Amino acid sequence: MSEEKRWQFYGHSIMIFLSIMAIVPLVLLIISSLTAESTIIEEGYSFFPSALSLEAYQYLWNTKEAIARSYGITIFVTVVGTTISLTTTALLAYPLSRKDLPMKNFFAFIVFFTLLFNGGLVPTYFVYTQILDLKNTIWALIMPMLLMNGFYVLLMRTFFKESIPDSLIESARIDGAGEWRTLWSIILPLATPILATIGLFQAVIYWNDWMNGLVFLTDTKLYSLQVLLNQILEDIQFLKTNDIAGQSSDAMANLPSASVRMAIAAIGVVPMLIAYPFFQKYLKKGIAIGGVKG
Amino acid sequence: MERATVGDNQQLQVKNQIAVTVNRKTKLKRYIPLFIMMIPGLLYFLINNYLPMLGMVIAFKEVNFAIGILESEWVGFKNFEFLFRTGDAWIITRNTIAYNIVFIILTMVISISLAILLNEIKNKVLVRFYQSVILIPHLISFVIIAYLGYAFLSLDTGFMNNSILPALGAERVSWYMEPQYWPYILTSVNLWKGIGFNTLIFFAAVIGINEEYYEAAKLDGASKVQQIFKITVPLILPVIILLSLLAIGRIFYADFGLFYQVPMNSGMLYDTTNVIDTYVFRGLLGLGDVSMATAAGVYQSCVGFILVLTANFIIRKVRKEDALF
Repeated sequence: MSEEKRWQFYGHSIMIFLSIMAIVPLVLLIISSLTAESTIIEEGYSFFPSALSLEAYQYLWNTKEAIARSYGITIFVTVVGTTISLTTTALLAYPLSRKDLPMKNFFAFIVFFTLLFNGGLVPTYFVYTQILDLKNTIWALIMPMLLMNGFYVLLMRTFFKESIPDSLIESARIDGAGEWRTLWSIILPLATPILATIGLFQAVIYWNDWMNGLVFLTDTKLYSLQVLLNQILEDIQFLKTNDIAGQSSDAMANLPSASVRMAIAAIGVVPMLIAYPFFQKYLKKGIAIGGVKG
Repeated sequence: MERATVGDNQQLQVKNQIAVTVNRKTKLKRYIPLFIMMIPGLLYFLINNYLPMLGMVIAFKEVNFAIGILESEWVGFKNFEFLFRTGDAWIITRNTIAYNIVFIILTMVISISLAILLNEIKNKVLVRFYQSVILIPHLISFVIIAYLGYAFLSLDTGFMNNSILPALGAERVSWYMEPQYWPYILTSVNLWKGIGFNTLIFFAAVIGINEEYYEAAKLDGASKVQQIFKITVPLILPVIILLSLLAIGRIFYADFGLFYQVPMNSGMLYDTTNVIDTYVFRGLLGLGDVSMATAAGVYQSCVGFILVLTANFIIRKVRKEDALF
C-alpha cells in the first residue's frame, strides 16, 4: 500500500510542477500587460510589479479601430477557413472510407503522398502569387498550406471506417437515401468527436497563423492579429539593428510600448483559452479512434 | 434440338454480358456522387501540393524576374554547387538534424513517462485538469511565444537579467547576441510547447489497454515498475513506433516558427539557430538568393523523402505490422 501512496504523491507533485511551468509564462504576459510602461522600464518584466495599471488597455481602447480590424480579420479567417476545411476534409474522407469505392487506393495514395513529399516554400509561393494571384487578398490567409492537411483526411477516414458500420450505410441506401443525404443525416451526426477534434486543430492553426501574412501580405489593412504582432516585432528588430542616429527615436516613439504589446498578445491568447475547454471533451475520443492505423 | 440449346446458350451469354456491362455502368453511376464529393479536396491537393512539385524545376534555373520564371536560363546543378560550397548547407543540415534528434528523444521519453504517470493517478478529475493545463502551451502561437521569450530574455528589461541572474549573483547576459545558449533555450521552448500534446496522444493509447492485464499481473505479485515495463510499454509500442517513424520522416524539416520567431530573427545567432526552413525563407523574402533557396528546398524534400522510405523499410523488416505503408 505504501508503494501505491508513494506513486500518488510523486505523480501529483510532478504534474503540479509541470502545470505551473505551463502557465507561468502566460501569467507573466498578463501581468506585464497590466503594468505601466514606466514600471517595466524601471523594474523590468516582473511577476510582482510595484504597481498595476490599465494604461495599456486604455491605449488599445483608444486605437480600437485598428485593433478591431485585425481582430475581425482573425475571426473571419478562423471561421471561414475552419468551415471550408472541415467541409472539404469530410467530403474527401467519407468516399475514401467506403470499401466499395472504385479506385479507392489510387485516391488514398494521392492524399498520402502529400505527407511524404512536397515542393517546398518557394515553388508554393510562386503557385499562389504567379498562377492564382492571391497576393494581398484575404484568401492568402486562408488557402495556402493551411486549408487541408492529408493527415487530417486520413484521420477522419479512419474514424468513419472504425465507428460507422457498413450495414448502416447499406440500409440507408435500401431506404432510398442518396449519398449526400446519407453523409449529411447519418454519417456526420455520428462523427462529432472527429469533427470537433479536427475543427479545433484547424481553428488553432488559423487563429495563430502569421506566416501566410508574412509571406503573402504587404497591405496592412489585411493584417490579422498575429500578423500585426509579428510586424511590431519585426519593426523593433529593424530599428534596433539599423539604429541611425536621430531617426529611430522618432520611429521608436510610434511603436507600441512594451505593455501595449503584451496587451495585444493577451487579447490574442485569451479567446483561445476560453474556447478550448468546450472542445476538450471530444479531443481524446477523436484522437483515440481516428488514430487507429488503417 | 441441341443446336437450339447452343444458340440459346450463346444468347444467354450475350445477354449476361450485356447485363454485366449495364450493371457496371449503373454501379459506376451509383458512385458519381461520391466522386463529386472528392473533387474539392483533390483539387486543393493538386494546387497546393502537386503543382509546387513541378515548380521544383526552379532549382535548376537562374531565376531572373525581369524575363519571368519560364524564360529564365537553365543552369543544371549550379545552384546546388553554390549551396554546398558556401558552407551554409553544412550548418543548416547539422542544426536541423541535431535539434530534431534531441527533440524526438526528449519528447518521446518525457511524454511517454507522463502518460504512464497520469494513468497511475487515481483522482480522475485532477487527471483531466493536469492534462488540460499542460496542453495550453500548444495553443499559443510562436509570435506570442517570441513576446514571452523577450519578456524573459531581453537585455535591459528581461526577467532573467533583472530577477533571476542577480539573485544568483551572476552577470547580465545579452541572450540575443550569444549563440551558445540557444540550443538549450530552443529545446526548452520546444518541450514547453509540445509535451502536452504528445502526452495526450500516448495517454489515449495507455487508457486503451485492457484493465484485465493489470489485474492478472497484480495477482502474480508484479510491482508497478514491472507492470509498466512488461505491460504498458509493450502494448503502446505500435503507437511509439508510428510516431517515431513520422518524426524521423520529418527529421529534415524544422519547426519554422520556433527557429524564426523565438530567436527574433537575430543574425548574431545564426550559427546555432539557422535551419533549412529559415534558410529557405530568408532566401525567398530576405536578402538571399531565390534559386539557391529553392535548391535548399529540393535538397530538403528529396533527402526527407529518402529518410521516410528508409525508416519505413527498416520497420517493415523488423515489425511488418507496424510499418507505415
